[in-house]
Amino acid sequence: MTSNLILLAIGVLFVLPLLWVLFASINRTAGLRVEFPTHPTLGNFKAVLNTDTTYRPVLNGIILCGGSALLTMICAVLAAYPLSRFRTRFNRPFLLTVLFCTGLPITAVMVPVYGLFVQLNLVDTIGGTIMFMATSALPFAIWLTKTFMDGVPLSLEEAAWVDGAGNMRALWAIVLPLMWPGIAVVLIFTFIGMWGNFFVPFMLLLSPERLPASVSIFTFFGQYGEPNYGQLAAYSLIYTTPVLLLYLLLSRKLGGAFALGGAIKG
Amino acid sequence: MTTTVAPTAAATPSTGKRPRAAKLVRMLPLSPAIGLMLVFLAGPIIYCVYAAFTNMALTGTGAANVKFVGLENFRKAFSSSAFTNSIWLTLVFTLISAIIGQNTLGLGLSLLMRRSTKVVRNFVGTAVIGAWVLPEVVAAYLLSAFFNDDGTLNVMLHAVGLPGQDWLYGAPIIAVSLANIWRGTAFSMLVYSAALSEIPKEIEESAEMDGAGGWRRLAFVTLPMITRAIMTNLMLITLQTLSVFGLIYAMTRGGPGTKSQTLPLYMYEQAFSFSQIGYGTAIALVMLAIGAVFSLIYLRGLNSEAA
Repeated sequence: MTSNLILLAIGVLFVLPLLWVLFASINRTAGLRVEFPTHPTLGNFKAVLNTDTTYRPVLNGIILCGGSALLTMICAVLAAYPLSRFRTRFNRPFLLTVLFCTGLPITAVMVPVYGLFVQLNLVDTIGGTIMFMATSALPFAIWLTKTFMDGVPLSLEEAAWVDGAGNMRALWAIVLPLMWPGIAVVLIFTFIGMWGNFFVPFMLLLSPERLPASVSIFTFFGQYGEPNYGQLAAYSLIYTTPVLLLYLLLSRKLGGAFALGGAIKG
Repeated sequence: MTTTVAPTAAATPSTGKRPRAAKLVRMLPLSPAIGLMLVFLAGPIIYCVYAAFTNMALTGTGAANVKFVGLENFRKAFSSSAFTNSIWLTLVFTLISAIIGQNTLGLGLSLLMRRSTKVVRNFVGTAVIGAWVLPEVVAAYLLSAFFNDDGTLNVMLHAVGLPGQDWLYGAPIIAVSLANIWRGTAFSMLVYSAALSEIPKEIEESAEMDGAGGWRRLAFVTLPMITRAIMTNLMLITLQTLSVFGLIYAMTRGGPGTKSQTLPLYMYEQAFSFSQIGYGTAIALVMLAIGAVFSLIYLRGLNSEAA
């Protein structure tokens, strides 16, 4: 009972800032405080639902972040397997390096990365940006994937090895099916992180028609002085929807929002 | 329900028995990851290390002829009050928002959720994860509105008779720290929920049968069993928090003045607004060093636990 009450109180504190975006999105004269609009309207959504403001940036974001997250995941699973299964002198230094990389301030690396992109002719290309975004998410993804893979008992694979299965076959047929909830978690982390990433696409992409939603949201500011809070809120909701849906879909498949952790056991 | 294995320790099939070539082949799956990281991370970082010891700049003398200046950038940094101020703010921000805030709240939430009803659990989980799923820039706008002078927080404080204040001007580092707690707690909550769910029920039940009360059970049974998760989580959120940029930038731009200018914001200002690439990258190196120190502390914790 007490734990329910404490949880509820914390939950309300987390919800309050979210309420603002919900109410402001249907308020034509939205301000900064949470207030339910006297005349709710969908006008803000209508105003932002057009190709330039919403459709194209969201589609760009899906291509960019989806591509990067997939590339990250493939590389991370492949890399995690030897790290989790075989012990060599090389593992520890490699994992330490990976760990340091997770804390790497990408802001610091962006200047030389931009220089590199100029050299390789990759500036303003989706492919190049995907590769860089995937790389910047890789250290964390490898670390997390390895942790999940460590939880899959080795004894199952040993049986497969005895039966003559190669490493890649064991990974594909035995390890992955047992840890796919863990993979889903890593994929969500990666995708959500990228979906919100502003700085990288801002630096590496130039053409307006290639910009993802995280960058184009800035068009609400600076150009016309005081932003239209209602439209900003409506656009924020639309921009947030894909990651919310993805999260809901996966958590449902895993059997409720909070079976995520339990499912890791395999 | 399978038994959990002690990771890595058990994973030593036939080490040292196979020929060298076979061992190399086993490591082959690492190559795509290593290739990407060499080109897009290691390369730029090495370049960063080089640039930190030069007077490289986008404009002025440092642009036309780049000179090696030794430790000059670091000397300049440590004698600058803006730099020491930003180090101090970074430590405060990391301590309040990550180590105390996200970590403790995340652990507390996941512990409470184990004994709460399903409806409450789903509500709180959705709220916390909702805050986390929001893109950084959107979260920053929401919280700017929340902490604004006319914002929801002050309305609430006034409602219970407490004085409000303009948080973003009066206590910006507190405001951004709270914002980072709001935004980041879900991560710790997920990590701890996962770790707690791996503890076999019988162990806690038997401790209960032996007469251990709630707090004692927590301190002597539950927490020791998730030490690995605690250390890993602390390390990851500390490193993440050290490099938080977008949230603070969108909320306060580091201001008013330099009152919320943490290291990443100071670096950004120097490198991009003032075009001092060499100096900016030197600050980035200091940031990397701080991250390394934190990592080493936690790794020691991990190792002593594994031994």
